[in-house]
Amino acid sequence: MPDQSPISSVNDFVVRFANVNGSGSASANEMFARSILRHGVPVSPRNIFPSNIQGLPTWYEVRVTEAGHLGARGGGVDMMVAMNPQTWDKDVASIEPGGYLFYDSTKPMPTSKFRNDISVIGVPLTAITNSTYTDPRQRQLFKNIIYLGALCALLDMDAKLVEQLIGEQYKGKEKLLSSNVHALHLGRDWALQNLKCPIGLRVKKADKVGDRIFMEGNSAAALGAVYGGATVCAWYPITPSSSVAEAFTSHCKKLRHDPKTGKAKYAIVQGEDELASIGIVIGASWNGARAFTATSGPGISLMTEFIGLSYFAEIPGVIMNIQRAGPSTGMPTRTQQCDIIACAYASHGDTKHVLLFPEDPAEAFEFAGHSFDLAERLQTMIFLMLDLDIGMNHRLCRPLKWDENQQYDRGKVMTAEMLDEPGRDFGRYLDVDGDGIPYRTYPGTHPTKGSFFTRGTSRDRYARYSEEGAVYADNMQRLVRKFETAQDMVPRPLQANAAKPTKYGVLYFGSTSPPMDEAIGLLEARGHLLDRMRIRAFPFHSSVASFIADHDFVYVVEQNRDGQLRQLIVNENGIDPVRLVPILHYDGTPITARFIAKAIGDHQDRLKVTPLRKAVS
Amino acid sequence: MTYIAKPKFHHPGLKKNELGYTHRDYEGKISTLCAGCGHDSITASIIEACYELSIEPHRVAKISGIGCSSKTPDYFLGNSHGFNSVHGRMPSVLTGANLANRDLIYLGVSGDGDSASIGFGQFAHSIRRGVNMTYIVENNGVYGLTKGQFSATADRGSKSKKGVMNTDNAIDLVAIALQLGASFVARSFSGDKNQLVPLIAAAIRHKGASFIDVVSPCIAFNNHAGSTKSFDYVREHNDAVNRLDVITSRNPITVDYAPGTVQVVEQHDGTRLALRKIDADYDANDRLAAMTFLQKHAAKGQVVTGLLYVDPDSDDLHTHLDTVETPLNTLEAKDLCPGTAALEKINASLR
Repeated sequence: MPDQSPISSVNDFVVRFANVNGSGSASANEMFARSILRHGVPVSPRNIFPSNIQGLPTWYEVRVTEAGHLGARGGGVDMMVAMNPQTWDKDVASIEPGGYLFYDSTKPMPTSKFRNDISVIGVPLTAITNSTYTDPRQRQLFKNIIYLGALCALLDMDAKLVEQLIGEQYKGKEKLLSSNVHALHLGRDWALQNLKCPIGLRVKKADKVGDRIFMEGNSAAALGAVYGGATVCAWYPITPSSSVAEAFTSHCKKLRHDPKTGKAKYAIVQGEDELASIGIVIGASWNGARAFTATSGPGISLMTEFIGLSYFAEIPGVIMNIQRAGPSTGMPTRTQQCDIIACAYASHGDTKHVLLFPEDPAEAFEFAGHSFDLAERLQTMIFLMLDLDIGMNHRLCRPLKWDENQQYDRGKVMTAEMLDEPGRDFGRYLDVDGDGIPYRTYPGTHPTKGSFFTRGTSRDRYARYSEEGAVYADNMQRLVRKFETAQDMVPRPLQANAAKPTKYGVLYFGSTSPPMDEAIGLLEARGHLLDRMRIRAFPFHSSVASFIADHDFVYVVEQNRDGQLRQLIVNENGIDPVRLVPILHYDGTPITARFIAKAIGDHQDRLKVTPLRKAVS
Repeated sequence: MTYIAKPKFHHPGLKKNELGYTHRDYEGKISTLCAGCGHDSITASIIEACYELSIEPHRVAKISGIGCSSKTPDYFLGNSHGFNSVHGRMPSVLTGANLANRDLIYLGVSGDGDSASIGFGQFAHSIRRGVNMTYIVENNGVYGLTKGQFSATADRGSKSKKGVMNTDNAIDLVAIALQLGASFVARSFSGDKNQLVPLIAAAIRHKGASFIDVVSPCIAFNNHAGSTKSFDYVREHNDAVNRLDVITSRNPITVDYAPGTVQVVEQHDGTRLALRKIDADYDANDRLAAMTFLQKHAAKGQVVTGLLYVDPDSDDLHTHLDTVETPLNTLEAKDLCPGTAALEKINASLR
C-alpha cells in the first residue's frame, strides 16, 4: 500500500503518456483524449516532442477538466503511463504524491525503481501482445491499443464510446476495425480480471463539451486561408509550421477543385527556401492573387528583406508565423511568443507591420480568413501570430463560423473602366481620401493607362523614381497614416472586468488566453481582483492605452524573456514602463495558470505588506 | 535621364504592326545607363521583338532584380507593369506573378551578379520548375553599379579594369540551364541585334522556362584588353551555331532554304522556328549534345551563340500543378469559398 492515500478525482486530473518517438503511440493517445470528449468531459492534450523522427522520448499529456480549463495545468501528473524505459526515472519522479504509475510489467522491475507514495499498476502488455500477434509491426501498434483498453477499465470509461471512435476512424476498413476493437478488449478484460477497477481517477459522463470542436490551430489557419480566398501558397518546411501548408494542401484537395474539369483552383509551391517562398507570395499578390506563406522564427529572419519591400512598395501578403523558442535554432519543438518585436518591426529602415494574435483554432480560422481582406485593403504584409501550443495541439474550441454572404474586400483596385472615367487621376502612391491607402492596378489592366513601375527605391506619388527629401518624407508620412487607419480595422482587444472595481489590470494575448482565464479564478480565491484585456492585434487600439490609464498598474503576461509585447506598448503608446509589470514565462513549455497566479499573487501580496517604518534617507 | 520627358509625337508614317501599334508604343522611359551600354541594345531588341510579335503592349509583366540590367525594364514597354524587386530574387517574384495570372507574358530581366551570385539558387529553381517565362541575363561579367568588381560569370584569367586577374572559375549559366531542364536555351551578344531579336521572339512564344544569356559588354568597367566580355573579344570569339527565323501563324513568311541547311522546330502554340544552320552538325533538339558542344568550344575560348536547345513538346509549372485555365487572380468568393454547408460538415467531423 502506498504511504500516501491515493488521489481521488472525477473528471479533473492529468494523465501523461511517456513514449518512444515513432512507436505509433500518437494515434492511440489521441484516441484516449477523444474518447473522454465523447463522455462530455473537456480535455486539453499537448504533445511534448523532440526534434527527431524516431527513437527519442516523446510525451503526450491529457488534462481531463470538467471545469473546462484548457491551458496546461503545470506541476506533476496524476497518472503516468510509462512506456519508455529511457525516461523511466524522470517520469516516475514527475508523478504527484498519491498518483498512479501504469507500466508494462512483463519484465519484473526492482522495487528501487518505484516510489512508496504512489500506486503502481502493472499490466504485462508485451506478454499479452506477443501471445496474440506474431507480426512485429502489429505487436507494436496493438500494444498501444491494449494499454488504451486497460485504461478504459481503470478510469471507468465507457468502452462503447471508444469502440464508436475506432469505428469512425476505420470506417470502410473492416479488418483494421475489428482487430483494433479486439485489442481494446484484450487490454480491458485483462485489467478487469486482474486489477482493482476503477482506481481513484475516474471519467464520468457529463455535458460540458457542447457543440465545441477539437482541432489543431495550424489546420484551422489553413482552412481559414481556403475560406479567405488564398489561391497561392508558397512555403518551406520548418517546425512547427509545416503542417499549415500540408493542411492547406489537403483542405484544397477536398474543397478547391473545379467540379467539371477537376482542375485546381489553387497553386502550392514548396520553395527552395523562405526567401523564395515570400518572393512567390509577393509576386502573386502584386499580380492580384491572394497569397500566403507559413513559417517560424528562423524563416522570418530570412524573409525580412522582402517584408521591407512589401511595406515600402505596398504589396499585400499574409505570413503565418507559428512561433517556437528562439533565438537561432533555439528549441524547434517548444513553444514561445518570442517573435513579436521581430515581426512588428521586420526589415531595415522605418517599418511597422500589422500583427494578429489568435487565442485558439477557432480564432486562427477567423483571423486567417480575415487577414487576406486586411492585406488587400491595407496593401501590406499581415502576420498571423500563432505558436506551437496553438498550432500543433488539438484544442477544444467553438465551432468554425463563416458568413455565407461575405464578399472578399479586394481593397482599392482601379479597373480599366475606372481608369477611363473622365477626370480620374491615377497615382500609385497618391492618397485621394486621407486614409493613407492609395489605389493600385493589376498588371495587364489597360492598354495605355494605369501601368507603373514597382520598386523598393523611393518614388513620388505617381511612382516615379525620386531621391528628393521632401518626396521621400511625404511618402513615409503617408505610410504612418495608413498604419493609423489599420488600428480601427484590426480585431479589437477584449476586456473583462473583475466583479468589483480594482486598481489592477492584466494584459495578455494568444495562447496565454486559457491559462489566464483559469488564473483569474485562482487569484480571486486569494483575494486578488484583476480587470483583464486580451490584445488581439497590433497596431494597438486606443482602448489599450485607456485600459492602462484606468489602472494603477497593469501586468503584461507573455511567453518570452524580454517582455516583447510590453516593449511594443511602451514604445508605441508612450507608456511609463513602471506602470507595466512583466510576467514572463519562457522555458519552452506552455505557460500555466499556476505560474501566472503565483507570479501575480506574490507580487500583489508584496504590495499589501505595510512597511514598519519609512526608510531613512 | 529620367527627368527628361520623352517626346510623345512621332512621324505619322511610322510603320505599324498588326495591332496598329508602332515601335514607339513599346518603348519606355529614357535610359539612365552609360552611353554605349550593351544593355540598351538588349532593350532595343526586346522592343523590336514585342513589336514584331504584335503583343499587346500592356500584356507583359516585366520583372527584375537589382543592378544595371534590372533597371532596364523601365526603359521598354512603358504600358506594361514592371517590378524592380530585390537583389537576386526576380525568379521567385516572377514565379508568384505567373501563378496568379497565367495569361500574361512574363519577362524576367536579370544580370550576372543578380543570377549567378546572390540569386543563383532562385535562377536554378525557377528553371527546374519550368515557369513559363523568358529569362534574360544581361551578362557583362562585372558589377557595374558598384563600380567594377568581378561577377561569377567572369572567366578565369580575365583581367579587371584595374589590372587584377580573376582566379575563380566562371559559372556558365547556359550550361546550368541546360542541365536543369530549361526547355529553351540560347546565348547571344548585345552587339548582334539580328541574332538577338528572333531569339527573344521565339523565347516569348515558347511555353516553359526559356533562358537567354546575352553577353553585354560594360562600357565603363569591362571593355578593355584582357577582358573576355569586351566588344572586341566577343566579336572575335563569337561562334554562332545557327541563325533563327521565327515564323508565326500571323506572319507566315516563306523563305527558300537550301536543302539540309535548315532545322524547323514547331512550338506548342504553332510558332515555327526555322534554324539556318551555320554549324552543319549542330542539332538544337539534342540537350546532351548541346552540353558537350558547349564544353568543347568553351575550352577553346569560344563564345557559342544561337538557339542552343529547344524542346518543342515542353510544358510548364501550371501544367504540373494542374491549375484551372482561368487566371487565379480573377477567381472570386463564389469560386473559392467552400461555403457554410461545407464548414458545418467539417465542424461535425471534428467532434
